[in-house]
Amino acid sequence: MDILHTLVGLYGNIFIAAALLISIPAMGTAIGFGLLGGKFLEGIARQPELKAMLMGNMFLMAGLLDAFAVIGLVFGFLMLFSPAVFMPALTPALAKIHHILAAAQP
Amino acid sequence: MQMSPTEYIQHHLTNLQLNLHTGSVGPTSGFWVLNLDTLITSFLIGVLFLGLFYLAARKAVSTQPGKLQNFVEYSIEMVNGMTKEVFHGENSVIAPMAMTVFFWVFFMNLVDLLPVDLIPRLLGFFGIHHYRAVPTADLSLPVGLALTVFIMIIYYNFKIKGPKNLLIEILSKPFGWYLMPVNIFFRLVEEIAKPLSLSLRLFGNLFAGELIFVLIAGLIPFWLQWIPGGIWAIFHILIITIQAFIFMMLTIVYLSMAHESH
Repeated sequence: MDILHTLVGLYGNIFIAAALLISIPAMGTAIGFGLLGGKFLEGIARQPELKAMLMGNMFLMAGLLDAFAVIGLVFGFLMLFSPAVFMPALTPALAKIHHILAAAQP
Repeated sequence: MQMSPTEYIQHHLTNLQLNLHTGSVGPTSGFWVLNLDTLITSFLIGVLFLGLFYLAARKAVSTQPGKLQNFVEYSIEMVNGMTKEVFHGENSVIAPMAMTVFFWVFFMNLVDLLPVDLIPRLLGFFGIHHYRAVPTADLSLPVGLALTVFIMIIYYNFKIKGPKNLLIEILSKPFGWYLMPVNIFFRLVEEIAKPLSLSLRLFGNLFAGELIFVLIAGLIPFWLQWIPGGIWAIFHILIITIQAFIFMMLTIVYLSMAHESH
């Protein structure tokens, strides 16, 4: 029973870990995009003739900012769905232990 | 043929793998495994686009140029301009490499805009049951690209700066001679972060894009699919262009940093 409790606790913690892994980088990226867009608009307001050049550079910076949000997203999805790691690998193990323990009950 | 949504998603995330120990083709696990679908698709796309550009170069005329020649000349000019802005030295490898990287990565990313089930369903008629059509959404390919750039960075560091100057640079920048361990640590972190971030940025963006298409196809009823599918496809066009462009820019910047220390 102890093993089952520990594994179920682990199972629940994996959900929370994956959720944190996806959301915290995304928060940083959102703030970053907001600052970037704000500075871009300020730049256009000062010198409207530079709009095309500023827009190109803005998309370049946006692509660089995107990186860590999306890396977190990918690893979170890997933790939740990929058959080789964590959760989906744990599910059959849990089911098996549950069966063994249920069969062993007098 | 009715799969549950989870099975559908997992079917679309399984590569066509060749196990080098047992010679079997199909999903396996282990280290000595080749992802055949990535290898085949990337090779085909590379041969096609290089052949196209070579054809444009062979048939180049200086009187009225055709559309293909115009396009190729424009792209060469653009990449050359970008390289000149960033890299102020003399190396005839950087600009062609940057252009190859940009177009190859862009065309490989473009495969992601095809419908999710198109290529796997077509190949299913030939007996191939798992096929992931987007090479850059497999971790192997972006890591391969980034490792190649990493090897080039190390090679140019040694070749252009010379081992002695390189050692002086590692030990004394950016903090001066008295903080040598800190300098070494920062240099190591920076050098490891380059291929890591380069590969994972491209892989993450493309894998997330493909995954969202698969989720839309698997979880939303077919008569509603065009709304999120359409919106995501339009956004994805922007993403693939930006990611290919950023890979090219960072290749140029890293290689120019290997030539001259700022």
